[in-house]
Amino acid sequence: MAGVGLDDVSLTIHGGEYTAIIGHTGSGKSTLLQHLNALIKPTSGTVTIGDRTITSATSNKNLHELRRQVGMVFQFAESQLFAATVREDVAFGPRNFGVSAADADALAVKMIARVGLPADVLDRSPFDLSGGQMRRVAIAGVLAMQPEILVLDEPTAGLDPVGRREMMALFAQLHAAGQTIVLVTHQMDDVADYADRVFVLDQGQLVKQGTPQAIFQDADWLLDHQLGLPRTTQFALQLRKRGFQFAHLPLKSAELAQMLAPQLGGQAHE
Amino acid sequence: MSKMILGRYIPGDSFIHRLDPRTKLLATFFYIAIVFLANNWQSYLFLTVVTLAIIPLARVSFKFFINGLMPVLFLLVFTVLIQIFFTTGGQVYWRWGWLSVTSLGLINAGFVFIRLVLIIFMSTLLTLTTPSLSLADAVESLLKPLAKIHFPVTEVALMLSIALRFVPTLMDQTTKTMNAQRARGVDFGSGGLVKQIRTIVPLFIPLFVSAFTMADDLATAMEARGYRDGLGRTKYRVLHYGKRDAMTTGALAVLTLGLLILRR
Repeated sequence: MAGVGLDDVSLTIHGGEYTAIIGHTGSGKSTLLQHLNALIKPTSGTVTIGDRTITSATSNKNLHELRRQVGMVFQFAESQLFAATVREDVAFGPRNFGVSAADADALAVKMIARVGLPADVLDRSPFDLSGGQMRRVAIAGVLAMQPEILVLDEPTAGLDPVGRREMMALFAQLHAAGQTIVLVTHQMDDVADYADRVFVLDQGQLVKQGTPQAIFQDADWLLDHQLGLPRTTQFALQLRKRGFQFAHLPLKSAELAQMLAPQLGGQAHE
Repeated sequence: MSKMILGRYIPGDSFIHRLDPRTKLLATFFYIAIVFLANNWQSYLFLTVVTLAIIPLARVSFKFFINGLMPVLFLLVFTVLIQIFFTTGGQVYWRWGWLSVTSLGLINAGFVFIRLVLIIFMSTLLTLTTPSLSLADAVESLLKPLAKIHFPVTEVALMLSIALRFVPTLMDQTTKTMNAQRARGVDFGSGGLVKQIRTIVPLFIPLFVSAFTMADDLATAMEARGYRDGLGRTKYRVLHYGKRDAMTTGALAVLTLGLLILRR
Protein backbone atom coordinates (compact mmCIF):
# COMPACT_ATOMS: atom_id res chain seq x y z
CA MET A 1 0.00 0.00 0.00
CA ALA A 2 2.98 2.30 0.58
CA GLY A 3 3.31 4.51 -2.48
CA VAL A 4 6.54 6.32 -3.13
CA GLY A 5 5.99 10.07 -3.35
CA LEU A 6 9.58 11.05 -3.95
CA ASP A 7 12.49 8.96 -5.09
CA ASP A 8 16.13 9.97 -4.77
CA VAL A 9 15.52 13.71 -5.09
CA SER A 10 18.53 15.92 -4.54
CA LEU A 11 18.33 19.66 -5.03
CA THR A 12 19.51 22.94 -3.55
CA ILE A 13 17.31 25.99 -3.19
CA HIS A 14 19.41 29.11 -2.82
CA GLY A 15 18.51 31.84 -0.38
CA GLY A 16 16.94 34.86 -2.04
CA GLU A 17 16.11 32.95 -5.21
CA TYR A 18 12.73 32.55 -6.83
CA THR A 19 12.44 28.81 -7.37
CA ALA A 20 9.68 27.20 -9.38
CA ILE A 21 8.80 23.52 -9.14
CA ILE A 22 6.80 22.10 -12.04
CA GLY A 23 5.57 18.69 -13.04
CA HIS A 24 2.21 17.22 -13.89
CA THR A 25 -0.37 16.25 -11.27
CA GLY A 26 0.84 13.52 -8.96
CA SER A 27 4.51 14.04 -9.75
CA GLY A 28 5.33 14.65 -6.08
CA LYS A 29 5.47 18.46 -6.05
CA SER A 30 3.24 18.89 -3.04
CA THR A 31 5.02 16.08 -1.23
CA LEU A 32 8.32 17.83 -1.84
CA LEU A 33 6.90 21.11 -0.52
CA GLN A 34 5.73 19.56 2.70
CA HIS A 35 9.28 18.40 3.38
CA LEU A 36 10.37 22.01 3.46
CA ASN A 37 8.86 22.62 6.89
CA ALA A 38 8.87 19.05 8.14
CA LEU A 39 5.16 18.44 7.81
CA ILE A 40 6.48 15.29 6.19
CA LYS A 41 9.84 13.89 7.19
CA PRO A 42 12.02 12.06 4.67
CA THR A 43 11.91 8.27 4.97
CA SER A 44 15.52 8.29 3.86
CA GLY A 45 18.03 11.00 3.16
CA THR A 46 18.14 14.43 4.74
CA VAL A 47 16.59 17.85 4.32
CA THR A 48 18.74 20.77 5.37
CA ILE A 49 17.09 24.12 5.90
CA GLY A 50 19.37 26.87 7.13
CA ASP A 51 21.36 25.20 9.90
CA ARG A 52 18.73 22.58 10.65
CA THR A 53 18.90 19.06 9.32
CA ILE A 54 15.80 16.90 9.19
CA THR A 55 15.99 13.16 8.89
CA SER A 56 13.47 10.39 9.43
CA ALA A 57 14.59 10.33 13.08
CA THR A 58 13.92 14.03 13.75
CA SER A 59 11.43 14.35 16.59
CA ASN A 60 8.26 16.35 16.25
CA LYS A 61 9.38 18.62 19.04
CA ASN A 62 11.29 21.82 18.36
CA LEU A 63 9.95 22.11 14.85
CA HIS A 64 8.23 25.32 15.89
CA GLU A 65 11.02 27.65 14.81
CA LEU A 66 11.33 25.87 11.47
CA ARG A 67 7.62 26.32 10.79
CA ARG A 68 8.01 30.04 11.40
CA GLN A 69 11.04 30.30 9.12
CA VAL A 70 9.28 28.49 6.30
CA GLY A 71 5.87 30.02 5.64
CA MET A 72 3.66 27.73 3.65
CA VAL A 73 0.69 28.81 1.57
CA PHE A 74 -1.33 25.71 0.77
CA GLN A 75 -3.50 25.14 -2.26
CA PHE A 76 -6.88 26.80 -1.72
CA ALA A 77 -5.47 28.44 1.38
CA GLU A 78 -8.82 30.11 2.12
CA SER A 79 -9.98 26.87 3.69
CA GLN A 80 -7.68 27.44 6.67
CA LEU A 81 -9.52 30.54 7.92
CA PHE A 82 -11.42 30.07 11.16
CA ALA A 83 -11.31 33.10 13.44
CA ALA A 84 -14.20 35.47 14.12
CA THR A 85 -12.46 38.40 12.45
CA VAL A 86 -9.83 38.77 9.75
CA ARG A 87 -7.65 40.58 12.28
CA GLU A 88 -7.60 37.60 14.65
CA ASP A 89 -7.03 35.14 11.85
CA VAL A 90 -4.01 36.95 10.44
CA ALA A 91 -2.59 37.41 13.95
CA PHE A 92 -3.10 33.70 14.70
CA GLY A 93 0.22 32.57 13.18
CA PRO A 94 2.40 35.18 14.93
CA ARG A 95 0.56 34.54 18.23
CA ASN A 96 1.41 30.83 17.95
CA PHE A 97 5.05 31.78 17.67
CA GLY A 98 4.94 33.90 20.79
CA VAL A 99 4.52 37.40 19.34
CA SER A 100 2.73 39.72 21.78
CA ALA A 101 -0.91 40.55 21.10
CA ALA A 102 -0.18 44.18 20.27
CA ASP A 103 2.66 43.31 17.87
CA ALA A 104 0.62 40.58 16.21
CA ASP A 105 -2.22 43.03 15.69
CA ALA A 106 0.14 45.57 14.14
CA LEU A 107 1.42 42.83 11.83
CA ALA A 108 -2.14 41.95 10.84
CA VAL A 109 -2.88 45.56 9.90
CA LYS A 110 0.34 45.75 7.89
CA MET A 111 -0.10 42.46 6.07
CA ILE A 112 -3.72 43.11 5.13
CA ALA A 113 -2.57 46.29 3.44
CA ARG A 114 0.30 44.43 1.78
CA VAL A 115 -1.98 41.85 0.17
CA GLY A 116 -4.04 44.69 -1.24
CA LEU A 117 -7.13 44.60 0.94
CA PRO A 118 -8.78 47.71 2.43
CA ALA A 119 -8.36 48.19 6.18
CA ASP A 120 -12.09 47.86 6.81
CA VAL A 121 -11.99 44.08 6.21
CA LEU A 122 -9.93 43.71 9.38
CA ASP A 123 -12.95 43.58 11.67
CA ARG A 124 -15.18 41.59 9.36
CA SER A 125 -15.65 37.86 9.52
CA PRO A 126 -13.44 36.08 6.99
CA PHE A 127 -16.49 34.08 5.91
CA ASP A 128 -18.25 37.24 4.67
CA LEU A 129 -15.52 37.85 2.09
CA SER A 130 -15.36 36.70 -1.51
CA GLY A 131 -13.21 33.70 -2.43
CA GLY A 132 -10.43 35.88 -3.79
CA GLN A 133 -10.41 38.09 -0.72
CA MET A 134 -10.35 35.05 1.54
CA ARG A 135 -7.30 33.79 -0.34
CA ARG A 136 -5.57 37.11 0.30
CA VAL A 137 -6.43 36.97 3.99
CA ALA A 138 -4.98 33.46 4.18
CA ILE A 139 -1.81 34.60 2.43
CA ALA A 140 -1.60 37.62 4.78
CA GLY A 141 -1.84 35.15 7.66
CA VAL A 142 1.24 33.33 6.39
CA LEU A 143 3.16 36.53 5.60
CA ALA A 144 2.40 37.77 9.13
CA MET A 145 4.66 35.03 10.46
CA GLN A 146 7.47 36.89 8.66
CA PRO A 147 8.92 33.74 7.15
CA GLU A 148 12.39 33.73 5.65
CA ILE A 149 11.28 31.26 3.02
CA LEU A 150 7.86 31.55 1.44
CA VAL A 151 6.50 28.35 -0.05
CA LEU A 152 3.52 28.69 -2.38
CA ASP A 153 1.50 25.72 -3.59
CA GLU A 154 -0.46 26.97 -6.60
CA PRO A 155 -1.35 30.25 -4.90
CA THR A 156 -3.36 31.56 -7.84
CA ALA A 157 -5.41 28.43 -8.63
CA GLY A 158 -9.04 29.41 -9.12
CA LEU A 159 -8.44 33.17 -9.06
CA ASP A 160 -9.62 35.51 -11.81
CA PRO A 161 -6.95 36.94 -14.16
CA VAL A 162 -6.72 40.26 -12.32
CA GLY A 163 -6.45 38.56 -8.95
CA ARG A 164 -3.81 36.26 -10.37
CA ARG A 165 -1.71 39.09 -11.74
CA GLU A 166 -1.95 41.05 -8.50
CA MET A 167 -0.95 38.04 -6.38
CA MET A 168 1.99 37.22 -8.65
CA ALA A 169 3.07 40.86 -8.57
CA LEU A 170 2.94 40.77 -4.77
CA PHE A 171 5.21 37.73 -4.65
CA ALA A 172 7.58 39.36 -7.15
CA GLN A 173 7.69 42.43 -4.91
CA LEU A 174 8.52 40.29 -1.87
CA HIS A 175 11.21 38.54 -3.87
CA ALA A 176 12.69 41.86 -4.94
CA ALA A 177 12.89 42.72 -1.24
CA GLY A 178 15.05 39.65 -0.66
CA GLN A 179 12.47 36.99 0.16
CA THR A 180 13.25 33.41 -0.84
CA ILE A 181 10.28 32.02 -2.74
CA VAL A 182 9.44 28.46 -3.72
CA LEU A 183 6.50 28.25 -6.10
CA VAL A 184 4.64 25.21 -7.33
CA THR A 185 2.51 25.99 -10.35
CA HIS A 186 1.01 24.77 -13.58
CA GLN A 187 1.16 28.27 -15.07
CA MET A 188 4.21 28.22 -17.32
CA ASP A 189 3.80 31.94 -17.99
CA ASP A 190 4.40 32.61 -14.31
CA VAL A 191 7.47 30.39 -14.36
CA ALA A 192 8.83 32.23 -17.40
CA ASP A 193 8.06 35.66 -15.96
CA TYR A 194 9.27 35.28 -12.39
CA ALA A 195 11.41 32.24 -11.65
CA ASP A 196 15.20 32.30 -11.34
CA ARG A 197 15.47 28.53 -11.29
CA VAL A 198 13.19 25.67 -12.25
CA PHE A 199 13.01 22.09 -11.03
CA VAL A 200 11.00 19.57 -13.02
CA LEU A 201 9.55 16.56 -11.22
CA ASP A 202 8.21 13.47 -12.92
CA GLN A 203 6.86 10.45 -11.05
CA GLY A 204 8.61 11.42 -7.85
CA GLN A 205 11.96 11.98 -9.48
CA LEU A 206 13.81 15.16 -10.26
CA VAL A 207 14.28 14.97 -14.01
CA LYS A 208 15.51 18.42 -14.96
CA GLN A 209 16.77 21.58 -13.37
CA GLY A 210 18.08 24.88 -14.60
CA THR A 211 17.09 28.41 -15.48
CA PRO A 212 13.72 28.91 -17.17
CA GLN A 213 15.68 29.85 -20.31
CA ALA A 214 17.41 26.48 -20.35
CA ILE A 215 14.33 24.45 -19.38
CA PHE A 216 12.00 25.90 -21.99
CA GLN A 217 14.47 25.55 -24.88
CA ASP A 218 13.73 21.84 -24.94
CA ALA A 219 10.12 22.25 -26.07
CA ASP A 220 9.63 18.70 -27.37
CA TRP A 221 10.92 17.17 -24.17
CA LEU A 222 8.52 19.25 -22.08
CA LEU A 223 5.55 18.33 -24.22
CA ASP A 224 6.57 14.67 -23.92
CA HIS A 225 6.43 15.01 -20.14
CA GLN A 226 2.94 16.52 -20.30
CA LEU A 227 4.17 19.97 -19.41
CA GLY A 228 3.26 23.13 -21.21
CA LEU A 229 5.22 26.04 -22.56
CA PRO A 230 4.83 29.74 -21.87
CA ARG A 231 2.46 31.31 -24.38
CA THR A 232 5.23 33.42 -25.87
CA THR A 233 7.36 30.35 -26.47
CA GLN A 234 4.46 28.51 -28.10
CA PHE A 235 3.91 31.45 -30.39
CA ALA A 236 7.60 31.63 -31.28
CA LEU A 237 7.57 27.92 -32.14
CA GLN A 238 4.73 28.50 -34.59
CA LEU A 239 6.57 31.45 -36.11
CA ARG A 240 9.66 29.30 -36.49
CA LYS A 241 7.60 26.88 -38.61
CA ARG A 242 6.73 29.81 -40.85
CA GLY A 243 10.38 30.60 -41.43
CA PHE A 244 11.29 33.00 -38.67
CA GLN A 245 14.72 32.56 -37.11
CA PHE A 246 15.36 32.55 -33.37
CA ALA A 247 18.78 32.12 -31.82
CA HIS A 248 16.95 30.72 -28.78
CA LEU A 249 13.29 30.43 -27.91
CA PRO A 250 12.04 33.59 -26.18
CA LEU A 251 10.09 33.33 -22.91
CA LYS A 252 8.74 36.82 -22.46
CA SER A 253 6.83 38.89 -24.94
CA ALA A 254 9.35 41.78 -24.78
CA GLU A 255 12.10 39.35 -25.67
CA LEU A 256 10.07 38.01 -28.58
CA ALA A 257 9.37 41.51 -29.84
CA GLN A 258 13.08 42.30 -29.73
CA MET A 259 13.89 39.26 -31.80
CA LEU A 260 11.06 39.83 -34.27
CA ALA A 261 11.62 43.50 -34.96
CA PRO A 262 14.79 43.17 -37.13
CA GLN A 263 13.31 40.19 -39.01
CA LEU A 264 10.21 42.19 -39.89
CA GLY A 265 12.39 44.97 -41.22
CA GLY A 266 11.81 47.26 -38.29
CA GLN A 267 14.40 48.75 -36.06
CA ALA A 268 15.55 46.96 -32.93
CA HIS A 269 14.19 48.65 -29.86
CA GLU A 270 16.96 50.21 -27.79
CA MET B 1 -5.31 7.06 7.90
CA SER B 2 -4.11 4.40 5.46
CA LYS B 3 -4.01 1.89 8.32
CA MET B 4 -7.71 2.22 8.85
CA ILE B 5 -9.51 -0.90 7.75
CA LEU B 6 -12.98 0.12 8.85
CA GLY B 7 -15.12 0.88 5.83
CA ARG B 8 -12.30 0.03 3.43
CA TYR B 9 -13.31 -1.71 0.24
CA ILE B 10 -10.98 -4.03 -1.64
CA PRO B 11 -12.18 -4.36 -5.23
CA GLY B 12 -12.38 -7.87 -6.52
CA ASP B 13 -14.48 -10.30 -8.46
CA SER B 14 -14.93 -13.24 -6.12
CA PHE B 15 -18.01 -15.22 -5.15
CA ILE B 16 -18.53 -12.97 -2.15
CA HIS B 17 -17.92 -9.78 -4.12
CA ARG B 18 -20.69 -10.70 -6.54
CA LEU B 19 -23.27 -11.52 -3.88
CA ASP B 20 -26.20 -9.17 -3.66
CA PRO B 21 -25.33 -6.56 -1.01
CA ARG B 22 -28.68 -7.18 0.69
CA THR B 23 -27.78 -10.84 1.10
CA LYS B 24 -24.39 -9.92 2.48
CA LEU B 25 -25.83 -7.43 4.93
CA LEU B 26 -28.57 -9.73 6.18
CA ALA B 27 -26.26 -12.74 6.24
CA THR B 28 -23.74 -10.84 8.34
CA PHE B 29 -26.42 -9.79 10.83
CA PHE B 30 -27.79 -13.30 10.90
CA TYR B 31 -24.34 -14.78 11.38
CA ILE B 32 -23.62 -12.44 14.27
CA ALA B 33 -26.90 -13.50 15.85
CA ILE B 34 -26.26 -17.23 15.53
CA VAL B 35 -22.72 -16.95 16.87
CA PHE B 36 -24.43 -16.57 20.24
CA LEU B 37 -26.06 -19.96 19.80
CA ALA B 38 -22.71 -21.68 20.24
CA ASN B 39 -22.17 -22.79 23.82
CA ASN B 40 -19.65 -25.64 23.82
CA TRP B 41 -16.33 -26.37 22.25
CA GLN B 42 -17.77 -28.49 19.44
CA SER B 43 -20.05 -25.69 18.29
CA TYR B 44 -17.26 -23.10 18.54
CA LEU B 45 -14.93 -25.34 16.58
CA PHE B 46 -17.64 -25.80 13.94
CA LEU B 47 -18.15 -22.03 13.65
CA THR B 48 -14.42 -21.34 13.43
CA VAL B 49 -13.94 -23.92 10.70
CA VAL B 50 -16.88 -22.53 8.73
CA THR B 51 -15.65 -18.94 9.07
CA LEU B 52 -12.12 -19.81 8.02
CA ALA B 53 -13.58 -21.66 5.05
CA ILE B 54 -15.68 -18.67 3.98
CA ILE B 55 -12.88 -16.09 4.13
CA PRO B 56 -10.83 -17.53 1.21
CA LEU B 57 -13.97 -17.24 -0.95
CA ALA B 58 -13.48 -13.46 -0.96
CA ARG B 59 -9.92 -13.79 -2.33
CA VAL B 60 -8.74 -11.00 -0.08
CA SER B 61 -5.43 -11.26 1.75
CA PHE B 62 -5.89 -12.60 5.27
CA LYS B 63 -3.67 -9.75 6.47
CA PHE B 64 -6.62 -7.36 6.12
CA PHE B 65 -8.63 -9.43 8.58
CA ILE B 66 -5.82 -9.36 11.10
CA ASN B 67 -5.57 -5.59 10.60
CA GLY B 68 -9.30 -5.36 11.20
CA LEU B 69 -8.70 -6.79 14.66
CA MET B 70 -6.15 -4.16 15.59
CA PRO B 71 -8.49 -1.27 16.49
CA VAL B 72 -10.46 -3.50 18.88
CA LEU B 73 -7.43 -5.34 20.24
CA PHE B 74 -7.64 -3.44 23.52
CA LEU B 75 -11.30 -4.33 23.95
CA LEU B 76 -10.53 -7.94 23.10
CA VAL B 77 -7.70 -8.25 25.64
CA PHE B 78 -9.69 -6.37 28.27
CA THR B 79 -12.73 -8.64 27.92
CA VAL B 80 -10.63 -11.79 27.95
CA LEU B 81 -8.75 -10.69 31.07
CA ILE B 82 -11.98 -9.80 32.87
CA GLN B 83 -13.33 -13.23 32.02
CA ILE B 84 -10.19 -14.98 33.21
CA PHE B 85 -9.89 -13.20 36.53
CA PHE B 86 -13.47 -12.67 37.59
CA THR B 87 -15.22 -15.88 36.60
CA THR B 88 -15.61 -18.26 39.50
CA GLY B 89 -16.39 -21.93 39.29
CA GLY B 90 -14.73 -25.13 38.25
CA GLN B 91 -11.23 -26.05 39.33
CA VAL B 92 -9.25 -23.26 40.97
CA TYR B 93 -5.67 -22.91 39.69
CA TRP B 94 -4.62 -19.69 41.37
CA ARG B 95 -6.20 -17.29 43.82
CA TRP B 96 -5.25 -13.90 45.20
CA GLY B 97 -7.86 -11.97 47.17
CA TRP B 98 -10.93 -11.80 44.98
CA LEU B 99 -8.95 -12.51 41.80
CA SER B 100 -8.85 -16.11 40.75
CA VAL B 101 -7.99 -18.14 37.71
CA THR B 102 -10.35 -21.07 37.34
CA SER B 103 -10.93 -23.66 34.68
CA LEU B 104 -14.37 -22.22 33.96
CA GLY B 105 -12.87 -18.73 33.66
CA LEU B 106 -10.29 -19.91 31.13
CA ILE B 107 -12.92 -21.70 29.08
CA ASN B 108 -15.24 -18.71 29.14
CA ALA B 109 -12.41 -16.38 28.16
CA GLY B 110 -11.58 -18.64 25.24
CA PHE B 111 -15.19 -18.68 24.10
CA VAL B 112 -15.57 -14.89 24.38
CA PHE B 113 -12.35 -14.45 22.43
CA ILE B 114 -13.43 -16.75 19.61
CA ARG B 115 -16.89 -15.18 19.51
CA LEU B 116 -15.51 -11.62 19.19
CA VAL B 117 -12.88 -12.58 16.62
CA LEU B 118 -15.45 -14.40 14.48
CA ILE B 119 -17.86 -11.46 14.61
CA ILE B 120 -15.12 -9.01 13.67
CA PHE B 121 -13.91 -11.27 10.86
CA MET B 122 -17.40 -11.47 9.39
CA SER B 123 -18.06 -7.73 9.57
CA THR B 124 -14.62 -7.11 8.06
CA LEU B 125 -15.56 -9.51 5.28
CA LEU B 126 -18.72 -7.50 4.64
CA THR B 127 -16.99 -4.12 4.44
CA LEU B 128 -13.97 -5.41 2.51
CA THR B 129 -16.09 -6.90 -0.24
CA THR B 130 -18.92 -4.37 -0.47
CA PRO B 131 -18.53 -0.80 -1.72
CA SER B 132 -20.26 1.60 0.65
CA LEU B 133 -22.66 2.76 -2.04
CA SER B 134 -23.89 -0.81 -2.50
CA LEU B 135 -24.42 -1.01 1.24
CA ALA B 136 -26.49 2.17 1.09
CA ASP B 137 -28.53 0.63 -1.73
CA ALA B 138 -29.01 -2.49 0.33
CA VAL B 139 -30.18 -0.50 3.34
CA GLU B 140 -32.60 1.42 1.16
CA SER B 141 -34.00 -1.74 -0.35
CA LEU B 142 -34.35 -3.44 3.03
CA LEU B 143 -36.02 -0.43 4.63
CA LYS B 144 -38.54 -0.16 1.83
CA PRO B 145 -41.39 -1.80 3.81
CA LEU B 146 -41.10 1.00 6.39
CA ALA B 147 -42.38 3.46 3.77
CA LYS B 148 -45.83 2.09 4.61
CA ILE B 149 -45.64 3.70 8.04
CA HIS B 150 -44.46 6.99 6.48
CA PHE B 151 -40.82 6.47 7.28
CA PRO B 152 -38.84 8.61 4.74
CA VAL B 153 -36.90 5.71 3.23
CA THR B 154 -35.65 7.44 0.08
CA GLU B 155 -34.54 10.52 1.99
CA VAL B 156 -32.69 8.46 4.56
CA ALA B 157 -31.08 6.43 1.78
CA LEU B 158 -30.04 9.61 -0.02
CA MET B 159 -28.53 11.06 3.14
CA LEU B 160 -26.76 7.80 3.79
CA SER B 161 -25.22 7.59 0.34
CA ILE B 162 -24.18 11.26 0.39
CA ALA B 163 -22.67 10.85 3.84
CA LEU B 164 -20.72 7.78 2.74
CA ARG B 165 -19.55 9.54 -0.40
CA PHE B 166 -18.20 12.48 1.58
CA VAL B 167 -16.37 10.55 4.27
CA PRO B 168 -13.11 10.33 2.28
CA THR B 169 -13.49 13.92 1.04
CA LEU B 170 -13.87 15.21 4.58
CA MET B 171 -10.97 13.05 5.74
CA ASP B 172 -8.77 14.64 3.04
CA GLN B 173 -9.99 18.05 4.04
CA THR B 174 -9.15 17.30 7.67
CA THR B 175 -5.61 16.30 6.81
CA LYS B 176 -5.14 19.40 4.64
CA THR B 177 -6.52 21.77 7.25
CA MET B 178 -4.42 20.13 9.95
CA ASN B 179 -1.30 20.59 7.86
CA ALA B 180 -2.16 24.19 7.07
CA GLN B 181 -2.66 24.97 10.75
CA ARG B 182 0.48 23.09 11.75
CA ALA B 183 2.34 25.27 9.27
CA ARG B 184 0.92 28.25 11.14
CA GLY B 185 2.34 26.97 14.39
CA VAL B 186 -0.44 24.85 15.87
CA ASP B 187 0.78 21.80 17.78
CA PHE B 188 -1.91 19.17 17.56
CA GLY B 189 -1.86 16.58 20.32
CA SER B 190 0.58 18.31 22.64
CA GLY B 191 0.12 20.17 25.91
CA GLY B 192 -2.57 19.81 28.53
CA LEU B 193 -6.22 19.02 28.00
CA VAL B 194 -7.37 22.65 27.79
CA LYS B 195 -4.65 23.52 25.30
CA GLN B 196 -5.45 20.49 23.18
CA ILE B 197 -9.14 21.32 23.12
CA ARG B 198 -8.24 24.83 22.04
CA THR B 199 -6.22 23.54 19.07
CA ILE B 200 -9.37 21.79 17.86
CA VAL B 201 -11.03 25.14 17.09
CA PRO B 202 -8.81 26.07 14.10
CA LEU B 203 -9.43 22.58 12.77
CA PHE B 204 -13.17 22.20 13.33
CA ILE B 205 -14.38 25.60 12.23
CA PRO B 206 -12.83 25.37 8.74
CA LEU B 207 -14.16 21.80 8.49
CA PHE B 208 -17.70 22.82 9.41
CA VAL B 209 -17.55 25.78 7.07
CA SER B 210 -16.34 23.66 4.17
CA ALA B 211 -19.01 21.07 4.94
CA PHE B 212 -21.64 23.82 4.77
CA THR B 213 -20.20 25.10 1.52
CA MET B 214 -20.07 21.61 0.07
CA ALA B 215 -23.67 20.94 1.14
CA ASP B 216 -24.82 24.19 -0.41
CA ASP B 217 -22.96 23.56 -3.67
CA LEU B 218 -24.19 19.99 -3.80
CA ALA B 219 -27.81 21.00 -3.23
CA THR B 220 -27.58 23.60 -5.99
CA ALA B 221 -25.96 21.14 -8.37
CA MET B 222 -28.62 18.54 -7.58
CA GLU B 223 -31.46 20.97 -8.19
CA ALA B 224 -29.84 22.11 -11.42
CA ARG B 225 -29.90 18.50 -12.54
CA GLY B 226 -33.59 18.20 -11.87
CA TYR B 227 -33.68 16.61 -8.44
CA ARG B 228 -36.87 17.41 -6.54
CA ASP B 229 -37.39 14.63 -4.07
CA GLY B 230 -37.05 10.88 -3.87
CA LEU B 231 -40.55 10.26 -5.20
CA GLY B 232 -41.01 9.08 -8.73
CA ARG B 233 -37.34 8.48 -9.41
CA THR B 234 -36.04 5.46 -11.25
CA LYS B 235 -32.93 3.63 -10.16
CA TYR B 236 -29.63 3.30 -12.01
CA ARG B 237 -28.20 0.51 -9.89
CA VAL B 238 -30.86 -2.16 -9.64
CA LEU B 239 -30.27 -5.00 -7.20
CA HIS B 240 -31.08 -8.56 -8.24
CA TYR B 241 -31.07 -11.68 -6.16
CA GLY B 242 -29.40 -14.52 -8.01
CA LYS B 243 -28.35 -18.12 -7.66
CA ARG B 244 -25.51 -17.23 -5.31
CA ASP B 245 -27.91 -15.58 -2.92
CA ALA B 246 -30.03 -18.71 -2.75
CA MET B 247 -26.86 -20.73 -2.12
CA THR B 248 -25.86 -18.41 0.67
CA THR B 249 -29.29 -18.66 2.27
CA GLY B 250 -29.09 -22.43 2.09
CA ALA B 251 -25.59 -22.44 3.60
CA LEU B 252 -26.79 -20.26 6.46
CA ALA B 253 -29.68 -22.65 7.12
CA VAL B 254 -27.27 -25.58 7.24
CA LEU B 255 -24.98 -23.62 9.54
CA THR B 256 -27.85 -22.83 11.91
CA LEU B 257 -29.02 -26.41 11.88
CA GLY B 258 -25.50 -27.64 12.62
CA LEU B 259 -25.22 -25.27 15.55
CA LEU B 260 -28.58 -26.30 16.95
CA ILE B 261 -27.51 -29.94 16.82
CA LEU B 262 -24.08 -29.31 18.36
CA ARG B 263 -25.19 -27.06 21.21
CA ARG B 264 -26.42 -28.57 24.40
